[in-house]
Amino acid sequence: MNNQAGAEGWIGARLLRKEDARHLYGRGMFIADVNVPGVQDIAFVRSQMANARVRHVVKPPEASARVFTLADIGPIKVLEAGPELSAHRHSPYPPLADDRVRYVGQTIAACMMPTRAQAEDLVDSVHVELEELPAIVDVVAAMRADSPRVFDQWPNNAYISTTVVEGNPESLASAPIRLRRRLRLNRQATVSLEGRGVLAYWDYRLDELVVYLSTQGGQVKRLALSKMLGIPEHKVRVIAPDVGGGFGGKNRIMPEDIAVAAIAMKVGHPVRWIEDRREHLLASVHARDHTYDLVISGDRDGTLLGIEGDIYIDAGAYALWPTGAFQEASMASRNLTGPYRIRHLKLNAHTVATNKAPMGPYRGVARPGATFAIERLVDEVARELGREPFDLRRQNIVTAAELPYRTAAGLTLDTGDYVASLDIAHEKIGLPAIRNRQAAGEPDGRRIGVGFAFYTEQSGHGTVEFVKRKFRVIPGYESANARMLPDGNVLLYVGVQNHGQGHETSLAQIAAHELGIDPGQISVRYGDTAVGPYGFGTFASRSIVFAGGAVGKATRALADKIRRIGAHLLQADIASTRIEGGMVHGPSGKVSITEIAFAANARPDHLPTGMDPLLETTATYEPTDSGGVFAYGTHAVLVAVDPDSGVTQLLDYVVSEDCGTMINPMIVDGQVQGGIAQGIGTALYEEIPYDELGQPLATTFADYMVPCAPEVPNVRIEHIVTPALATEYGVKGLGEGGAIAPPAAIANAIADAFRDIGASFNETPLTPRRVSEAVDLARHAKVSGA
Amino acid sequence: MKSAAFDYVVAKTVAEAASLLRQEGTVTAAIAGGQSLVPMLNLRIVVPELLIDIGGLEELKETGVTAAGIRIGALTTHADIEDGKVPDLFGGLMQKVASGISYRAIRNYGTIGGSIALADPAADWPVCLMALGADVRIATSNGARSQPINDFIQGQYTTSLAKDEIILGFDVPRSDAALRWGLFKVVRKSGAFADSIAVIVERGNSGAVSVALAGAVSCPYLLPTIAKYVGAGETSEDVLRAAIARDLTACAPQADSYLTRLHTSTILRAVRDMRTQ
Repeated sequence: MNNQAGAEGWIGARLLRKEDARHLYGRGMFIADVNVPGVQDIAFVRSQMANARVRHVVKPPEASARVFTLADIGPIKVLEAGPELSAHRHSPYPPLADDRVRYVGQTIAACMMPTRAQAEDLVDSVHVELEELPAIVDVVAAMRADSPRVFDQWPNNAYISTTVVEGNPESLASAPIRLRRRLRLNRQATVSLEGRGVLAYWDYRLDELVVYLSTQGGQVKRLALSKMLGIPEHKVRVIAPDVGGGFGGKNRIMPEDIAVAAIAMKVGHPVRWIEDRREHLLASVHARDHTYDLVISGDRDGTLLGIEGDIYIDAGAYALWPTGAFQEASMASRNLTGPYRIRHLKLNAHTVATNKAPMGPYRGVARPGATFAIERLVDEVARELGREPFDLRRQNIVTAAELPYRTAAGLTLDTGDYVASLDIAHEKIGLPAIRNRQAAGEPDGRRIGVGFAFYTEQSGHGTVEFVKRKFRVIPGYESANARMLPDGNVLLYVGVQNHGQGHETSLAQIAAHELGIDPGQISVRYGDTAVGPYGFGTFASRSIVFAGGAVGKATRALADKIRRIGAHLLQADIASTRIEGGMVHGPSGKVSITEIAFAANARPDHLPTGMDPLLETTATYEPTDSGGVFAYGTHAVLVAVDPDSGVTQLLDYVVSEDCGTMINPMIVDGQVQGGIAQGIGTALYEEIPYDELGQPLATTFADYMVPCAPEVPNVRIEHIVTPALATEYGVKGLGEGGAIAPPAAIANAIADAFRDIGASFNETPLTPRRVSEAVDLARHAKVSGA
Repeated sequence: MKSAAFDYVVAKTVAEAASLLRQEGTVTAAIAGGQSLVPMLNLRIVVPELLIDIGGLEELKETGVTAAGIRIGALTTHADIEDGKVPDLFGGLMQKVASGISYRAIRNYGTIGGSIALADPAADWPVCLMALGADVRIATSNGARSQPINDFIQGQYTTSLAKDEIILGFDVPRSDAALRWGLFKVVRKSGAFADSIAVIVERGNSGAVSVALAGAVSCPYLLPTIAKYVGAGETSEDVLRAAIARDLTACAPQADSYLTRLHTSTILRAVRDMRTQ
């Protein structure tokens, strides 16, 4: 390992990840690798209809003890999910269907056999009689008064509708520029490399339920399992082994989790369910699926004034515990002004139930939609005014001098230089040269276009923010437990869940920075509720801010005690000591941390009088301002588009971003590049269409397109570093930013390629068909209009 | 997505494989590279009771130059062709087609015989072999037969192959005159089946041109009208478009305006590809 610390120490060191070796050698331990003797496999009978009454479930008589319905696994307490608001309607979601199914793929019964193949045989022999009801598929139509209901007792299909009014939106009616656009991000899956999975058994020695779960946060899942199954929390142990990606998709309690745990308690031997890709596309959390119907208003001089309109979130058939999909609507509304000085807002946001798989969070949560909407609208205003879109952005964006800036929707953008970010992207992509190339035309008949998109990414938001969002469980802090062993090496326990973020490396770097030892001496541990401190897990770009801060705080306390022992051993005043290079240095001598650690653990006689032994601390941490800090950046992309086939190729991709202090710049670059790969998926490839009967039309990778290496360019990344003021080390979270801007940047680039004919590209993914049809429509309009 | 149980036999000879395939009252299937069949087994789209592995049959490996052209064994993998392990009389066309099939991992196992036997309408080999005028060699219960590929493929996933017949390989005729070719393929992403793929082959400058189209049409088709105009040296894009329109009316009557535009563009680009070579 190249353990070379930079001049400033381990913060900012380009350290290879500790995690890489085991994964590169195939020696990771994912849930399907967990080998428990006697385990049997579960396969689920799933609904083949979008909306139906369950008339009968007939078990094959010879295997009836191996088939479980809701009645067989109960009693289960179904928890209310969604925000803690009385206006949010309850959508009880049992782990196996009661008398109703509300989407294709919903679990009806569980079949248990020694192997998965046999369990699937058993699934085929269970007879389910469904009485089909009309499917509610279109999110806008679902809100009409005459629409059938997903839940019969609801007055309409909205889980909740909210209105945001800021400034003076009435003033917009007389604005010189008013453009109305309908924009849409279609529904997609989260497509973690490893699907979901759960393995459960009763441990008779420890008298506890052990649940291996591929999850982003075991502690919160334990809370839910305990309540739903009616077992006290100290008798539920959740273990997350290596988790092969989550992106939000593994941060909700899902029906399979509860059903498998309940069956394990009934049968007395281990059972497991390993999600396959078809189940993943069918019934894991779905994401995006935002529809915007907006009017943007501006002045002739290009000043953007306000946005009015409706936002529809197609949240699917049930709210997932704990929070449902409500934050999609609130975050979309609150991020819709982007980084611009837009002061007037009037938005009606509807979180709507339909007969589709439930929506969950996915990298970027809501902001890919909001950014797509505002950044497309900025380009549309620019086209209307005959202006260069880049210039219009630059004219309206908040400047460094204006920060901190409170947006119309109430977000406080904290630190940075947004104009500098724009200018760097402009220079790196080479806008003037692209304009010249466009004027010359392409020899192969394609069009090229350039698009810009700016995003902000809130992270580090804590108690105040999540109380505002009406969360049921408030992820307001993180904790870390640091334990130095007698030989001076460190075990660091954290409540976040590494699943590709490199925590084993970056958190070790922070601890090494505080303790003056090598990161190789520090093991980061997580993913087992029996040993870790309480924490909320890894999501919302929170880990480096919260867990990083908690690790910093815990190891600093440890370092302080180490110095006190060192000062005692050196017979020096503590104020005259410092930690460096594995030693406590005094004015005239030094003592190794190894020696100190041995004293603290195993030779209490060497400690100062009255000092407690051990080097162990648990710390909790929340930033000083829990409204959050904002990473930001500009994406600039150059595309080539074939107008006939509609195929888009990405020729160049530039990012200039600022996530504050970087703990490990290589991990930052990896997060940016990986996020952009998924953003490209949203922009061009990934989609789960539903037909009018509510049948999903992409349930294998033959139909669901995911960008692979050839579709993802090497992104050229430039960093601006403006340390945050409210966090330890000045860090800002950056896990999601890469996925936020690509749909906007790529759609703007495609629109730029056809700006002469005014074609509209307001719906993702911009498949070859959508692009070609938009071009064709615009050409015909131009001909008939001429 | 796990296959239902089936019996599995490794056949030693074509005769043995054929007799196993023909068993009355038993659902049988032959497997070679398995790159399409295994996913279909796992999705339980295909549920055989007996799977006969024909991957070791020597008779299906006969590959070489013949008096008439090239003989290619059915078990030849896409990777073998991509890597130039099969003699080439067609200016690198088959190599180019092979290199565009799915991903290398699949090309390492997938066979040309399996591709033709499945007759996926969007696959690469049917259009390529149609444009080259290949014959399919087939082992039958009483010997062997040979059939032009254009007749062998009868529709989507439909061929003339009887239950107990096995594809031995392909005879691809050589060209007496200089051969030129063009290829264009549109995929939603790398490795996906084609939305549209066109292969054009011109044997000499005398006008013997074949154009084959596949993708989002009901099955791969030879397009006679555009072939005639290209063979005659027509360069007017309007004329070529009109010719293509006549072909598409015949072979893809259900195509909507996008598919019509897509296929037209694919064919024109394949023509351009050939003419700029």
